[in-house]
Amino acid sequence: MNEPLNISDTTINLSTRTPILEIKNLKKSFGNKAVLNGFNLKLFEGENLVIMGKSGAGKSVMVKCLVGLMLPDSGSITVMGQDINALNRMDLDKLRTEIGFLFQGSALYDSMTVRENLEFPLRRHKHKFGNITDTEPLVLEALKSVGLENTIDLMPSELSGGMQRRVALARALILKPKIILYDEPTSGLDPITSKEIIELMRRVQQQYKTSSLIITHDVDCARVVSERMILLVDGVNYAEGTFEALKASTDKNVKAFFK
Amino acid sequence: MQKPNKIKAFFLEIGELTYFTKRFFKELFNKPFEFNELLKQCYNIGNRSLLLVGVTGFIIGLVITLQTRPTLEEFGAESWMPSMVSISIIREIGPVIIALTFAGRIASGIGAELGSMRVTEQIDAMEVSGTNPFKFLVVTRVLASTLMLPILVILGDTIALYGSYIIENLKGDVSFLLYFNKVFDALAFGDLIPATIKTFFFGFAIGLVGCFKGYYCEKGTVGVGLAANSAVVFSSMLLFIIDFVAVFITDIFFEI
Repeated sequence: MNEPLNISDTTINLSTRTPILEIKNLKKSFGNKAVLNGFNLKLFEGENLVIMGKSGAGKSVMVKCLVGLMLPDSGSITVMGQDINALNRMDLDKLRTEIGFLFQGSALYDSMTVRENLEFPLRRHKHKFGNITDTEPLVLEALKSVGLENTIDLMPSELSGGMQRRVALARALILKPKIILYDEPTSGLDPITSKEIIELMRRVQQQYKTSSLIITHDVDCARVVSERMILLVDGVNYAEGTFEALKASTDKNVKAFFK
Repeated sequence: MQKPNKIKAFFLEIGELTYFTKRFFKELFNKPFEFNELLKQCYNIGNRSLLLVGVTGFIIGLVITLQTRPTLEEFGAESWMPSMVSISIIREIGPVIIALTFAGRIASGIGAELGSMRVTEQIDAMEVSGTNPFKFLVVTRVLASTLMLPILVILGDTIALYGSYIIENLKGDVSFLLYFNKVFDALAFGDLIPATIKTFFFGFAIGLVGCFKGYYCEKGTVGVGLAANSAVVFSSMLLFIIDFVAVFITDIFFEI
C-alpha cells in the first residue's frame, strides 16, 4: 500500500477525535481499468473532509461504494462501526438513514413536487420515524434550513439549478443524518450560486452538527469548507493535509490542483 | 469482425433480459408490496392509452368493413360481414394492432422515463432513501401494463365492432340489434378466451422490455433516446413471436 504524501500541519489534531467513517484499501475496477487502487480514508466526527481529484479519478465511485450503491472489488468500508459490505438489505437501509447524500445533479424526482420529494425518504425509512402521518413540520423545517419554504408545492422543473441543489440538500437533511456526502455540490452552477451553496453547506454543518465528506474539484469550495483535504490521484490518496498546507506544497502533482 | 460481435451482443441481451425476468418474479412476491404505486401506474398506463386505443379500434372496424364489403358483395355474402369482422377483430387484428399501438406509447414512455431517472441518478437516490427501486419502479410498471392491456384490448375490440356496425348500417341498412346478434352468434369462447389470455402476455412483454431498456440505460441523453427507441422495436418484435406461439397453442387446444 502506498503511503500518502503527508503534508503536515500543526493546526489539526486528529488523535483526540473518533472516526465515524473509515475506508481501508478500497479497490474497484471496471474491466481492465482500475479506478480505485487501494484508497484509504478516515472521516472524524464533526469534520468537513474534502476529497479532490480530476474528473474520472474515481471520486464518485468511491462515494457510491460508501452507501452500498456499488460493490467494491476489495477493501473495507466501516460506517459508525458497521461494515457496509457485511450488512443485509434491512440493516443497510437503517444505516443509510444516518447518511445524507447530495447527488451531483440533485437527483430530485421529476414526477413529484418538492413536498413529495422530501416526504419520500421520511415515509420509506419507517424504522427511523415509524408510520409518520403529519410530515408537514419536518418538511417545512428542512426547507427552512435551506431558505426555500415557499417552493413546497412546486415541481423540480420549476426551480433553478441552484434551488434544485438546495432542495436536494433539504431532502438529504430531512432524516437528520450524522454524515452528509456531497458529490460535486457546485458542479454546473454559476460562481454566485456556487458561493451560496458553499455558504449553505457551512451553515448546515453548524446547525445539524454533521460530519461531511465533500467530493469536488472546485478549489473555491475546498478552500471555504475544508478542515482537511485528501487528493485522489491514480486511485490512491496521493496527499493529505489542510487546504493551506497543500496549496503551499512544492510537489508537482499537488500544485496542479491549485493552478 | 462486426458480425460475431452483433450476434454475441444479441445473445448477451437475451441473457440479461432473462435474468431481469427472473428478478421480476423474485421481487414480485417479496414484501413490501407497492400497492399505491401499482394503482398509480395502472391509472397512468391505462388512462394514457385510452384515447389512442379508442381511435385505433374505431378505425380498424371502419377500415376492415369498408375494405371487405365489396368482395363479399360480389359473392352475395354481405350477411356474413358481422361474423367475419368480429372473428378477425377478436381473434387477431384487435389484440395485435392495439398491443402494437400500446407498445409504441407505453414501452417508449417507460423506457424514456426510467432511462432519464437512471441518467440523472434518481434511481440511486431512491435506493439510498430506503426503497428498492426495482420493486418500486419495475414491478409496478410491468404489473400495471400486464393488467391494463387486456382491458384496453376488450374496449378497443368493442369500439372496433361498433365502427364496423356504423359502416354496415350506412351501406347495408343493418340494425344495431341484428348486427350484434350476428356477431355473438359467430363468436365462441374459443375465440375470446385465448385472445384475451395472450393480451396478458403482450402487456407483460411490453412492460418488461420498456423497464429493461430504461433501467439499464447507458449514460447521456443519447442513451435515453436509444432506450425509448429500442424498447418499442424489441417489444414489437416480441409481440409477434408471442402471437405466433399463442396461435400455435390455441390451434392445439381449441381447434380453430
